[in-house]
Amino acid sequence: MLGKLSLNAIPFDQPIPLVAGGAVFLVAIGVIAWIVIRGHLPYLWREWITSVDHKRIGVMYILLGLVMLLRGFIDAVMMRSQQALAFHAAGFLPPEHYDQVFSAHGTIMIFFAAMPLMIGLMNFVVPLQLGVRDVAFPTFNSTSFWLTATGALLVNLSLVIGEFSRATWLPYPPLSELRYSPGVGVDYYLWALQISGVGTLMTGINFVTTILKIRAPGMSYLRMPIFCWTALAANLLIVAAFPVLTATLAMLLLDRYLDFHFFTNSAGGNMMMFVNLIWAWGHPEVYILVLPAFGVFSEVIATFSGKPLFGYRSMVAATMFICLMSFLVWLHHFFTMGAGGDVNAVFGIATAIIAVGTGVKIYNWMFTMYGGRVRFATPMLWAMGFVVTFTIGGMTGVLLSVPPADFELHNSMFLVAHFHNVIISGVLFGAFAGVTYWFPKAFGFRLHEGWGKAAFWFSLAGFYITFFPLYVAGLLGMTRRLQHYDVAAWRPWMLAAGVGILVLCVALVCQIIQIVVSIRGRAELRDLTGDPWNGRSIEWSTASPPPPFNYAVLPNVEGEEPYWHIKRRAIETQQMAAERDYRPIEMPRNSPTGFVSAFFCTVTGFALIWHIWWMVGIGLAGAYAVFVWFAWRDREDYVIPAEEVARADRARRHVRAEWLEQDAREDRLTSHAHAGEPA
Amino acid sequence: MMIKGASDARAGFGSGDFARVFRCMAVAMCPAFLLGGCAGGILDPRGPIGAADSLILLDSVGIMAVIVVPTILGLLAIAWWFRASNTRARYQPNFVYSGRLELIVWAIPILVILFLGGVTWVGSHELDPYVPIAAKAEANGPPLEVQVISLDWKWLFIYPQQRLASVNEVFVPTGTAVHFYLTSATVMNQFFVPQLGSMIATMNGMQTQLYLQADRDGDYIGLSAQFSGDGFSDMRFTVHAVPPADFQSWTAAARQSGPVLDRNGYLGLLRGSCDVQPFTYRSADPGLFAAVVKRDLPSGSGPRVGGTGAGIQSKGCG
Repeated sequence: MLGKLSLNAIPFDQPIPLVAGGAVFLVAIGVIAWIVIRGHLPYLWREWITSVDHKRIGVMYILLGLVMLLRGFIDAVMMRSQQALAFHAAGFLPPEHYDQVFSAHGTIMIFFAAMPLMIGLMNFVVPLQLGVRDVAFPTFNSTSFWLTATGALLVNLSLVIGEFSRATWLPYPPLSELRYSPGVGVDYYLWALQISGVGTLMTGINFVTTILKIRAPGMSYLRMPIFCWTALAANLLIVAAFPVLTATLAMLLLDRYLDFHFFTNSAGGNMMMFVNLIWAWGHPEVYILVLPAFGVFSEVIATFSGKPLFGYRSMVAATMFICLMSFLVWLHHFFTMGAGGDVNAVFGIATAIIAVGTGVKIYNWMFTMYGGRVRFATPMLWAMGFVVTFTIGGMTGVLLSVPPADFELHNSMFLVAHFHNVIISGVLFGAFAGVTYWFPKAFGFRLHEGWGKAAFWFSLAGFYITFFPLYVAGLLGMTRRLQHYDVAAWRPWMLAAGVGILVLCVALVCQIIQIVVSIRGRAELRDLTGDPWNGRSIEWSTASPPPPFNYAVLPNVEGEEPYWHIKRRAIETQQMAAERDYRPIEMPRNSPTGFVSAFFCTVTGFALIWHIWWMVGIGLAGAYAVFVWFAWRDREDYVIPAEEVARADRARRHVRAEWLEQDAREDRLTSHAHAGEPA
Repeated sequence: MMIKGASDARAGFGSGDFARVFRCMAVAMCPAFLLGGCAGGILDPRGPIGAADSLILLDSVGIMAVIVVPTILGLLAIAWWFRASNTRARYQPNFVYSGRLELIVWAIPILVILFLGGVTWVGSHELDPYVPIAAKAEANGPPLEVQVISLDWKWLFIYPQQRLASVNEVFVPTGTAVHFYLTSATVMNQFFVPQLGSMIATMNGMQTQLYLQADRDGDYIGLSAQFSGDGFSDMRFTVHAVPPADFQSWTAAARQSGPVLDRNGYLGLLRGSCDVQPFTYRSADPGLFAAVVKRDLPSGSGPRVGGTGAGIQSKGCG
């Protein structure tokens, strides 16, 4: 009746997951109870859960990413303390638990923290920057989000029901085959990723279509903001790479569920095929994460330098160059599998060539600042921290691409230090820069600068104290994923990294305080103009938060930095552009499709993990029924009357006119450097 | 001035000198601020492969540092000089494109990569793990053959020429090349002796090869670099590099005691176990390795669990 599921699945003898899971469960129940009792549920259902508005979905993605970041960070703290303690000792985590912790850490950080943060930023920003009202397929977009949330839920469910994978974040067979991992852990991993992978692929299709087909009048490809270009590149990579992941994991599932032999030790299975396929997805994935972050930094550096991005076309070329090259380097993840000199050399050189694109970007950022007026607001600090730190990480990456060096550093702590160096400084700093930068656009008030800066400095210091010792440990021959060790030379470095993670804890506390302080003090941090940073692209021309339709009248784009030119013209002529003709706007109706189908997918995934076949049937039937019901809808749009559009836009114009008057007094844009800096 | 590292004299003052100086500096500075020093790591190599690998490593760092260090300093300097509050900095909002600069911007990384590409191409071929160690070592006789099988969670070493075998330790004569043939009886592992150099994967149903050589007597730590399950952290072994004469006496002594490694003995070894103390077999079936590679013998059975798979499994070491 319940498949493999029984009361044994709950780890009563394991205090750490049980207490952690219990606490999370109680908090979740508490939050839900509070929402219901205070009567927020209808609001939440109407405005968020069923919303197909790209801005709301973007915010929910980022929220999911931040919560999962916290979960992944707790895993990180456990790993670092285990390695600090486990010198000639067992530490506090036995292998069967430690192995789950690092597997969960990698899986959660990549799939459920980094990806949602980047996709969330793209969701919020891309349609605004393109000057349009929504993405190409709004309901699809909502479904993508809820499927990603399903994956995150399943991974976290494994904390209290059963176990998580112990086969690392990329489950190499034969370790991940039924024979060597007979538990449900790998199944949790596989189904969580299969379901969320569908969501990610849908996001990719959605954004490629949006960027290629739906742009404001006059916005040619080479007038798109650079963030849209990097989003396009990342989503092209998603469309090309995620099917590979899905197919690879499907083959492993067939091995595990139906006794196939793609990667087994028997009947002609070959695990090398898995390793090739998973990295054919895995390397582009790195760029799926980091390209949008590059876009964020380009926007931030240009805005806070008070200059257009230097060498825009060169940046576009470098982005697309990286996009293409990222598919041609996967073999560098396994130089030590014995491929031979020619193959290793070709892939080593190809890997190094990718660094050319990144190098070009770094120089262009440098020249963007050259001749600028650099304001070191929080987003700019993240960007500066990124450029310096990422350059070092890029260098160690190119070092690892030289096969003889990799022969000694493969799977060592040096490698761990390298990819944290690039992912933390690239993706995470990028996410923080982006969130701080666009937060006032989303909510109408800025985040607190002081706490933001404190969070930055502690993050930067914490990163260096945690991960530079790992570089040294790698050079001392320490390999990754060791639950205990007895080499005395490694110990000091593990202790140093342990101190570093404490500094990162302080950074985390600063982040949380920043959010709390900003929300409580939102009256003082309020931005009425919609343009708190003296921005350059058109998302800063609309109100903050933007109305559901984004723009009352779609902007007419006449250059690379349309809003900057509109602003300059307004200042020069001391008057705003003439009011345009307001018309009724058709917007897509909210839909529970995404939420309800994801609910059934959660049921299906859970049932598949535990082999509860009748429940699998119910889940699949439910998900399909929701799809059919959605396909049968008669009304998909609702109309916002012209008067309402006019009212919203006139309010915005009124604030802008006031600002223009005030600006005339202060001569804000042309003379003083602090333009746009929070007062 | 005799700094460690400067003493491994090589004739001439050629292309490797920059890297050698760099290594001298790195090694000399190690004790100062790396507390325990570099001892035991890959920058303290004890054989030709390790030395060549780490030379390339340091060469590459050197080549890149020439560009990366000035770039980072330049970035910081430019950001600081053009800070908004600096009234002496000239605001040039129209400095947005320069063909000449773009050329330089693309040329610098390309030149670095050209350089590094050369290092990569030559290094990949010369240090391909399958390539025998160059002639100099041949003076000490033909390479010693050692077959390596990774098991759950220990290493089995078979000496086909000597018909001996050992678990979690391997004796090699100093100054003689060792030709490893490797496979796995279970999941994938990576065979790695940091101070001797390159690592290589061990995979079930496949054979990989690796040449290593120890130039100095000593005990070197070996470990697996590929996570292989719950007992992974215990997959350590020791490489005992001993003078050739001592190696001969070790083989003679090893034949006197210990169990016999035949198929039955192997099947016993196949069961998962952790933290196995090193021991030797007094004789070994020389056909065993080939039988494992060809999958004539079963592969590791994996953890023993009940049929349900529910709950957290206990450690598979038994």
